[in-house]
Amino acid sequence: MSSKRPADGGVFALFGPQLRAVGLVLPLVAFIGLTFVAPLATMLSRSVYDPVVAAALPETLRLLQAWDGVHVPPEPVFETIARELRTARQERSLGRVATRINRVRGGLRSVLTRTARRVREAEGPAWRDTLVGIHAAWDDVQTWHAIRRAGERFTARHYLHALDLERRSDGHIAPRPDEYRVYVSLLWRTLVVSLSLTGLCLLLGYPVAYLIAHAPPQRANLLLLLVLVPFWTSLLVRTTAWIVLLQTQGVINSTLVALGLIADESRLAMIYNMTGTMVAMTHVLLPFMVLPLYAVMRTIPRLHMSAAASLGASTIQAFWRVYWPQTLPGVGAGSLLVFILAIGYYITPALVGGRSGQLISNMIAYHMQTSLNWGLAAAIGGLLLAFVLVLYLVYDRLVGIERMRLG
Amino acid sequence: MTSRPYRSRIRQVVHATAFVLLASLSWSRPAAGSESLTVVSWGGSYARACQKAILTPFTAQTGIETRLESYNGGLAQIRAQVETGKVYWDLVDLEMADAARGCDEGLLEPVIAADLPPAPDGSPAVDDFLPDMLTECGVGMLFYSTVYAYNPTHLAGPKPTTIQDFFDLEKFPGRRGMRRSPLVNLEFALMADGVPVEQVYATLGTPGGVNRAFRKLDTIKEHIVWWEAGAQPPQMLADGEVVMSTAYNGRIFNAQVLENQPFVIVWDGQVLDHGVLSIVAGTPKLEAARKFLAFATRTESLVAVGRYISYSPARRSGTALITTHLETGVEMQPHMPTSPQNTARALHNNWEWWSDHGDEMNERFSAWLAR
Repeated sequence: MSSKRPADGGVFALFGPQLRAVGLVLPLVAFIGLTFVAPLATMLSRSVYDPVVAAALPETLRLLQAWDGVHVPPEPVFETIARELRTARQERSLGRVATRINRVRGGLRSVLTRTARRVREAEGPAWRDTLVGIHAAWDDVQTWHAIRRAGERFTARHYLHALDLERRSDGHIAPRPDEYRVYVSLLWRTLVVSLSLTGLCLLLGYPVAYLIAHAPPQRANLLLLLVLVPFWTSLLVRTTAWIVLLQTQGVINSTLVALGLIADESRLAMIYNMTGTMVAMTHVLLPFMVLPLYAVMRTIPRLHMSAAASLGASTIQAFWRVYWPQTLPGVGAGSLLVFILAIGYYITPALVGGRSGQLISNMIAYHMQTSLNWGLAAAIGGLLLAFVLVLYLVYDRLVGIERMRLG
Repeated sequence: MTSRPYRSRIRQVVHATAFVLLASLSWSRPAAGSESLTVVSWGGSYARACQKAILTPFTAQTGIETRLESYNGGLAQIRAQVETGKVYWDLVDLEMADAARGCDEGLLEPVIAADLPPAPDGSPAVDDFLPDMLTECGVGMLFYSTVYAYNPTHLAGPKPTTIQDFFDLEKFPGRRGMRRSPLVNLEFALMADGVPVEQVYATLGTPGGVNRAFRKLDTIKEHIVWWEAGAQPPQMLADGEVVMSTAYNGRIFNAQVLENQPFVIVWDGQVLDHGVLSIVAGTPKLEAARKFLAFATRTESLVAVGRYISYSPARRSGTALITTHLETGVEMQPHMPTSPQNTARALHNNWEWWSDHGDEMNERFSAWLAR
């Protein structure tokens, strides 16, 4: 057996280190492409592209293009849609078609499924009468508008929806009725919560990081472990632990009652509301603030503070003018990390947020898992992504991304 | 100077990372096509009843291994499995509205009615099932009901008896549990607001009716604790987290007889619905799944479930056979949702209305919750 080291000659010698470098990076590139870029692209395309209705009712939609939009369409349209609905039913795609049209106008799902079930080959030639006989909705111009709108392959509908807007049948864009408006206020709430969480984490994390960075090694290790153990503990365990502590009959409330600080009837509502979300999420995200801060602070010589003091600065001045500016890369990194994680967080709010502690990500989860409106989920996700990118650019412009230190 | 503790810290980090990676690897789900049949149901005491009444006897009789998983309803997981072609759920116990929708979307296998076993007296299955229980893609199993119940130990003074009382904060102060969904809650609200049972869906069909329902819910909104899994309400009632809660009647019944909880069910305004067993389209174990479907929907199986948990069989021949509870000997009839003494004011859930307006109502419900 001859063992030949590749570096000895052959192609590797010709291309030199570059090829080897590419070879080493290739798995990573493929990994990122497969697990990050491709799903992201698919998701974003779902938010604007939906061919299901167009594929199932091609002829009807072609005929509807020539329709005036004022009167109920002519007989051939009825005949075509009857045929295409029947085919869709046979191919078992009717449900998906009906779901989409129903989203444009509620109540049409049963119109379509019932019609497809009842329409028979023999029924004709008065297709209009037949369909209207099955359901009066076929005589309504709005039904046809809804079908035409749902048939658009490319649509801004989901983005409008995610911004609480809708396109009226005359084409102009208007806010949705008040009782359906939910996404914009949730988006704002998410931003406010994420910002407050970032502030809280900074407030709590900065002294901790300072303590760890400047403690003697033995104690620093112990303190760091106290930060890392929760960080390594399962998220669910930590969140459930907060439920045990904060609930009405929980540890904190019972202690307060036992101490006589509050009456038994007026136990504090600290969980299943915004308080619960804030407390649990601050705890979950704190390590992401402490670790970058610690990494930066560890490199700052203590002599700087002493030097400032020897030059006549008060403790506060020395901190503010000498120490704080040097920790800024850590503050920036920690804040950005916490903010971006917070803006997309959903497990903790789902578990402890109750009614008022829900964030926009819970709506995304809801549309992915329950309503199955993946287009809308993708549009909300797209908005969040755009927002984070804008934030990143602002940060880059203001602080400079190369100054960010993650440890 | 810093190198020793620093290096040991690196080692710690590496160990932790390796641990997390291993844990996440072992956490991935079992491969599709493993030997046993996976049946998905609603968890808690209902799943326990199904295990004892159906799954265990089925394995004993056929030798086919079964595995029971639980979920909280909805079509999302089924859809994901069917669309990716990796079906690892074989049968699912569905709500009627989801079964109809799943059937239209091609997510469920059509039912072959001729395969279903006849009643004990020999009459064919198609005659034995109650109206609407045999559908294109699912076979009705049991009637269950959403009722509300209270815990007398946490509710001093007069006791609630009507659906109006659930919304009456003056007479019955305290928090209420409700399912985090517009389903059933809108119906409760309208009935409590004085809409007769037979007009509930007609009223919901008008925009004013929906507003009316939400306005009624508004009156108790600040006092509602929302639940999602059927096992939560008995727990919340026992803990005193709420003074009364809507719940599936069987869960309350089981807490009463098996855990000696003093809970009382208020049957007034109950909303009846039925569960449907379906085979997921594209399951690699279609033959075994069909066998299971036939076994699970025979009269004996349905009656056995009904004698573990107070849900009523979807077959005519089953109703009379529900006698006593199999574990405690308690007489079952007073606890059945379909018993005449419990149906004085009972509403049948209109699944077609919900499959039409579910998305809309859910959206409006979310908006309402968030404000």
